[in-house]
Amino acid sequence: MPSDLVHLYMRIDHLPQIWCPGCGNGVIMRDVAVAIDELIHDEENSINREDIVIVSGIGCSSRAAGYLDFNSIHTTHGRAIAFASGIKMANPRLHVIVLTGDGDCSAIGGNHLIHAARRNLGLTVIAFNNNIYGMTGGQYSPTTPHDDKATTAPYGNVDRPFDIANLATGAGASFSARGDVYHVRETIDLIKQAILHKGFALVDVYSVCPTYYGRKNKKGDAVDMLKWQKENLIPTARYYSISENEREGKKLLGVLSFNDYPEYTDEYAKVIEACRQKAKKK
Amino acid sequence: MSKAILMQGNEAAVEGAITAGMRFFAGYPITPSTEIAEQSALRLPQVGGKFIQMEDEISSIAAVLGASAAGLKAMTATSGPGFSLMQENLGYGVMAEIPCVIIDVQRAGPSTGLATSPSQGDYMQARWGTHGDHPVIALSPSSVLETYTLIIRAFNLAEKYRTPVIFLMDEIVGHMREGVELPDPGGLIINRRKMSFHDGANKQCYFVPEGEYVPAMKPFGQGERYNITGLAHDESGFPVNSNEIAGKLVGRLLDKVEKNADDICRVEEFAMDDADTAIVCFGGTARAAMDAVLAARAAGKKVGMFRPVTVWPFPEKALLARLPQLRQILMVEHNHGQMLLELQRVTRCARPIHFLGRVDGTVISPSDILGKLNEMEGTHHAE
Amino acid sequence: MIGKRKLVIEQNWCKGCGICAAFCPKGALEIVNEKVTLKDPALCVLCGQCEMRCPDYAIYLVNEEE
Repeated sequence: MPSDLVHLYMRIDHLPQIWCPGCGNGVIMRDVAVAIDELIHDEENSINREDIVIVSGIGCSSRAAGYLDFNSIHTTHGRAIAFASGIKMANPRLHVIVLTGDGDCSAIGGNHLIHAARRNLGLTVIAFNNNIYGMTGGQYSPTTPHDDKATTAPYGNVDRPFDIANLATGAGASFSARGDVYHVRETIDLIKQAILHKGFALVDVYSVCPTYYGRKNKKGDAVDMLKWQKENLIPTARYYSISENEREGKKLLGVLSFNDYPEYTDEYAKVIEACRQKAKKK
Repeated sequence: MSKAILMQGNEAAVEGAITAGMRFFAGYPITPSTEIAEQSALRLPQVGGKFIQMEDEISSIAAVLGASAAGLKAMTATSGPGFSLMQENLGYGVMAEIPCVIIDVQRAGPSTGLATSPSQGDYMQARWGTHGDHPVIALSPSSVLETYTLIIRAFNLAEKYRTPVIFLMDEIVGHMREGVELPDPGGLIINRRKMSFHDGANKQCYFVPEGEYVPAMKPFGQGERYNITGLAHDESGFPVNSNEIAGKLVGRLLDKVEKNADDICRVEEFAMDDADTAIVCFGGTARAAMDAVLAARAAGKKVGMFRPVTVWPFPEKALLARLPQLRQILMVEHNHGQMLLELQRVTRCARPIHFLGRVDGTVISPSDILGKLNEMEGTHHAE
Repeated sequence: MIGKRKLVIEQNWCKGCGICAAFCPKGALEIVNEKVTLKDPALCVLCGQCEMRCPDYAIYLVNEEE
């Protein structure tokens, strides 16, 4: 018997999940379930379970859509945000949550990510960022650090990596944040904020892939990789209390950008209303 | 009484689609289909519908499939290069059984080709463009009025059979302006997908009762939590590794179109009753063919026109019914011989089949066809 | 509000990654034969850190009365 949370929000017939031992994806999927559970029971901001649609693309991360017990659609590689855009436009009431990976949303689907961010379409994008293509066996992704090894970078990665949270910010995302697998409570809170955010919201959640990325790059096992996160991703309050020198090589874990630009479907509703008023005058 | 109005083919496609209930359009500008996006942007908010210009054709069809999953009748429009980009998600729509209409206003290819010139070079791509064995329904109009009425049928078939329907226009029809009298919408049949799950389904969202082919489809957000995937799946909608279940699924997808071919297929026949020679053509090419038939008839030749309106599946029954009376067939199409292959397959070359095609971006004229008919009288060799 | 709680281990679901044991603040857990086990029930303070980071949902807290 799994826990009540798992029982309630996951399709237990399909569990245990297929991810490797120590894969961070299971933790992030639980974070999403906890965030939703807390929002459903939040008296102030209560959301309706039936209004949630989980959209995923292709890759290890994207298996999460099948495990979570909501309306779910597992789409084509890179296109989750584009499918989600149609769902949100068709029914703006829905909370459309995209579960994607670093390759899925910043390589093959990079174009859709930046344009959904630019439009400020009210999607919640949770990137399971494990720095590698895991499903196909460990090829370098747009977030694999320079010089790191991958099956397609046997001499070290020549590419320079994306920072997905910064990429979204640069593209105009009205909410962009960074979470990880170690800082569970902080990450759940970021996911909650992202779901409640009216416009486009992205949380770049650092996952860990001990099997294909960690082992190949001598980063140790899952435990070692979580320890790295503990030391190098610094929650907001502490991040701003330490000196510039101490921040060297560290990353902020928290909200990177936030503003209240008008949301796309709200803006489009105004167009429809203007047409209606014009027709009335005739 | 409705009044004749001057309308362009691309415009008629939008008006027909809106009459059919289309309330979502996602697209990306491309000649010669751009007017469809422009007209949709103008017209959809007037009827409470939604338009979005996406970042490319891949995302356009993805958004269309998403909107359809959320319950709206949805459409996109493009031309060859964009149609190529849409192929993967077209297959997704087939596999996940998501209704939508995809307009391809064909232009001369390959590649960027002759962007503003007519062609019918995407006929085979419409059938085989996406990977894997899959069914396809494709319709092709030959006039502005038919564009209006036929796109309504495209939506009806998409909804009825839960599959993307390709609306294969060409530059000739897309950019043609004609006076049309639109039919009274009250007299039109408008279909809608089956929205509530079957009683015996027990939450199996892809459950199909014995003897039927199409599962019901409830929009997201209406109280049934289910899963949609492009992976091979069972009736519950979840991925499976079972070869038996995967084979059964693809078999049903193919069957739902093949076994319903009589319902799906439509042809137009002109002067075929006593014809011993049939000009086979589709889409905009029919305009020249019809002129050629009239001229040939005036010269005493028993020539008729046989035009598949449903171009996929190929209306083989209707063609085979005409075969006994025919001495010869002339395939006229705006490509290097694509429907010709279907003709050869269906007739098993039981009659000489001649071919007139064109790949230089110019139109095929009635005199080209008449010239070919005269030439045929001098030879009986199949090409 | 929260009644007495207890720790549940679902060994069938455990893949033995060791995250729970490594981040248990009391060192109450260990991996034996690739499965998590409660080394010493007296050490466990029912903080739930293990449940939060278990990728496989193999360890969690429940209310005792359940």
